[in-house]
Amino acid sequence: MTDIIIHCLIALLLPPLLLGVITKTKAAFAGRVGAPFFQPYYDLLKLMRKGSVFSTTTTWVFKAGPLVTLAAILVAALLVPLGRHHAPISFQGDMVLFAYLFGLARFFTAIAALDTGSSFEGMGAAREVTFSCLTEPTLFIALITLARMSRSLQLSTLLTYPTPAIWLAAGASMLLLVVALFIVLLAENCRIPFDDPTTHLELTMIHEVMVLDHSGPAFGVILYGAALKLLVLGAIFINIALPVTTGNSYGDWLVFVVAMLVLSVLIGVVESVMARLRMVRIPQLLVGATILSAFAMLLVLR
Amino acid sequence: MLYALVLVPLTGALVAGLVPDNRLRPVVLPVVATIYLALSACLIMAPSAPSAGGWFWLDPLGKIVLLCVSILFTVCAYYGVGYLRYRQERSNRVLCIGLLICLAAMGLVTISQHLGLMWVAVEATSVSMAPLIYFNKNARSIEATWKYLLICSVGIALALLGLLFLAYSTYVAQKDATLLLSGLLGTARELNPGWLHAAVIFLLVGYGSKMGLAPLHTWKPDAYGEAPGMVGAMLAGGLVNCAFLAILRVYQICLASGSAELLFFQQVLVGMGLVSMAFAAVFMARQADFKRMLAYSSVEHVGILAIGLGLGKGALFGALFHLLNNGLTKGVLFLTSGNIHRSYGSKTTEVVKGVLTRLPWTGGLFMAGFIAITGSPPFSPFVSEYTIVSSAFIEGRYLVAGLFLLFLVIVFIGMALTVLPMVMGAPPDDVEPTEYRDSLLTVGPPLVALFLILLLGIWPPAFVIGLLRDGAALLGVQP
Amino acid sequence: MNSFADQLLVLVMLINLVMLGSSRLLFSIRAVAVQGAILGILPGLIHPFSGHLAAITVGIILIKGVLIPYLISDAVRKAHIRREVEPFIGYVPTLFLGAIFTALAFVFAEKLPLAPEHKELLFVPASIATLLAGFLILTTRKKAISQVIGYLVLENGIFIFGLLLTEAMPFMVEAGALLDLLVGIFVMGIVINQISQEFSSIDTSRLRALKEE
Repeated sequence: MTDIIIHCLIALLLPPLLLGVITKTKAAFAGRVGAPFFQPYYDLLKLMRKGSVFSTTTTWVFKAGPLVTLAAILVAALLVPLGRHHAPISFQGDMVLFAYLFGLARFFTAIAALDTGSSFEGMGAAREVTFSCLTEPTLFIALITLARMSRSLQLSTLLTYPTPAIWLAAGASMLLLVVALFIVLLAENCRIPFDDPTTHLELTMIHEVMVLDHSGPAFGVILYGAALKLLVLGAIFINIALPVTTGNSYGDWLVFVVAMLVLSVLIGVVESVMARLRMVRIPQLLVGATILSAFAMLLVLR
Repeated sequence: MLYALVLVPLTGALVAGLVPDNRLRPVVLPVVATIYLALSACLIMAPSAPSAGGWFWLDPLGKIVLLCVSILFTVCAYYGVGYLRYRQERSNRVLCIGLLICLAAMGLVTISQHLGLMWVAVEATSVSMAPLIYFNKNARSIEATWKYLLICSVGIALALLGLLFLAYSTYVAQKDATLLLSGLLGTARELNPGWLHAAVIFLLVGYGSKMGLAPLHTWKPDAYGEAPGMVGAMLAGGLVNCAFLAILRVYQICLASGSAELLFFQQVLVGMGLVSMAFAAVFMARQADFKRMLAYSSVEHVGILAIGLGLGKGALFGALFHLLNNGLTKGVLFLTSGNIHRSYGSKTTEVVKGVLTRLPWTGGLFMAGFIAITGSPPFSPFVSEYTIVSSAFIEGRYLVAGLFLLFLVIVFIGMALTVLPMVMGAPPDDVEPTEYRDSLLTVGPPLVALFLILLLGIWPPAFVIGLLRDGAALLGVQP
Repeated sequence: MNSFADQLLVLVMLINLVMLGSSRLLFSIRAVAVQGAILGILPGLIHPFSGHLAAITVGIILIKGVLIPYLISDAVRKAHIRREVEPFIGYVPTLFLGAIFTALAFVFAEKLPLAPEHKELLFVPASIATLLAGFLILTTRKKAISQVIGYLVLENGIFIFGLLLTEAMPFMVEAGALLDLLVGIFVMGIVINQISQEFSSIDTSRLRALKEE
């Protein structure tokens, strides 16, 4: 019971801090002091207090978009084990539900963007779905590989399956999975080198361009959903990349939170040292990631 | 003694590298060649035994190739002194060094009984020949060199994979993994058949591309066409025979391993041989570049070698004999074609006409070489080709024999259509006079080679026949 | 030790894919250097230590990891070659083909009658996959220098198979093979330089003067 409560608390409260850590890391690299760690919380509170402006051409789809997206990701967050703890909701085959929840979230983001009728947002939606075509197989193949290794279709089982012993035995495929998942993590969360969340040029954006027309609480919901998505994918990544356990339940929670923060720093470092890729090179890297995970599966299957 | 076959040319290469004078340097070639010829004559005449460890042995098959290579090299070396006089405009340092290193590598091919070492030597022959094809330093010769280098390197790399498969087949059969020929022949029956099969395929592809068997011959017309005549002669008579020796070793292993693999190998050889002859027949007709024509003739003759080997039994004797004859006849043709090229400054048949009038000796030799290479009596290629085709009839392989004869006829007609207008007729007036004149050094060596094939055709020396018998015996023909 | 060797082999296969997908020439050269160096480490992991082994390790790392890449990058410098690879077909399709070939290599290796002690190792699939990747680079790239890199990768693939069989390959043969490779690359480097002088480009699709009319 305690674990479930802690799980919900972390899932609800931690995400904006991750964004803050990333911004702080980037600021440190640029030699600035940067915004406080808790700035994203203030931003969210500010947005929640504001009013919303809705274009007259939009329908209920536009309003439902952010909410459905957030709801889907919230449910997904309940399916994924954080650290070495089983998730609150867990059943055989939940990995399929997990994948489709992500698909649902993406579908509503894209369709809400299309609902505005703006050409920019249409372009963003087109890019988003194109690139997700390339990232989804990677995620799926990675999960299938783990499912095959752990012989279970339950996210809680297969994601807590990796242990140091397994790393020693099948290090190569685990390493491949980690690299592939890190690329997916960056791509899905619209991070450099795939997308620049802070850019102000609509032509080069992917995800951000889709949410241009949202304002006020709706935009806050979108920002929060994005942060939550980072947590969920980061949790998958950490479960595979850091297969350690302290033996103590609270210790494990601590390890998870620290690992999440370190991961955020890592993302901040990547964002600081890399430039955004040219749009034509993005599919190449994503296909590369798919091939990595497929390769990992090949190694496990043989 | 055996090691001298490698060391003498290497020393020669060193000396050639040190001689500063461009006129004096080519003289190293005949000096080394004469020593080499005397050395190989001693080694060929003397009975030989495997060295300790079994790595080196000049067995009868090696002796046949060595005989051909040493005679051909001597002919080319003396010719080279005369030829390079006309090419004083560019340095011949690389040419001399490359030829001598190649000779050393070819010597190593003939004496090595370790297939890995043999592979190293074959690869060394290809690499050392590459700069020689590039002697003319123009766009066309670069292109030829690049194709030659790339295709041969990849081919030879595949042959290495074949060798590794061969070694693995011994490993899987729980024998000591080895590539020593004696060891392989001893355990051949127990080798893992799957790996052996893969090994044979890769070795055939690898050494086949080196030899220029169709459809792996595409580099050949380019390289032969652009290389200087004497380099072409060494390619067609030296390198081809070294690669063929490697294929003979594979044949030995197949023979020792039992009938199934041997049958497959022979069938593939006959198939590739016929395809080679067909390609040559098609492309030789109306060939405007007479050096390329000679290249296709070389493709045809490696085809004949492959068919002779593939038919087995009596044809093996013919194939081994043909190896010798083809090498020497190609020497005559390439060297004289070099003369014609020098004299006319062109190698297209549109320009080159009336060679017999302009260069009586060269023209006559080229004509005689053409008659010899197409398998007309009284020259020795007739004897070897006759042996192969009669053996095919005796074995009841009527289709093979029929196609063989058909392609020979087409090749004869095609080659005649190119050669006769070149040699006969009046030389065109508008050809610029060049400084080239027939001289003892440029005509004498091919004349000697022609005399040798005439001798081999009419009255082959007893020791050659004995050598060929011994060689055929190693390939499983009971005398 | 074997599992470490396997992981290195996975790295070798990854380098193949990286080379297929990368557009930078110098990057490919570095990648092939790393691949060569890995090949140098591998024999030490699967065979007991001996003088022969030490010599081979040093020889491979020196020749495949240092000298040959140096020769190639030297040729790049001298011939003033542009940095892009210029493939005949795009990077993503080549990458896909490479991935498919790698998968096929695994399927094929599974079918081969391997000795029982080699069944579990990745040597054979890695060898075939690298060989095929080399072929792919060799055939899909326009530049002469990329073709040389392809040839090197192909040779590396063959070499991996050879690592299973060091008994059959005495030192003399291995050294000779390496020397041949080195000289071959050296000659290729010279020819590339000449090609770039003669054609003011090393695009091999321009080499088409010699053909049958």
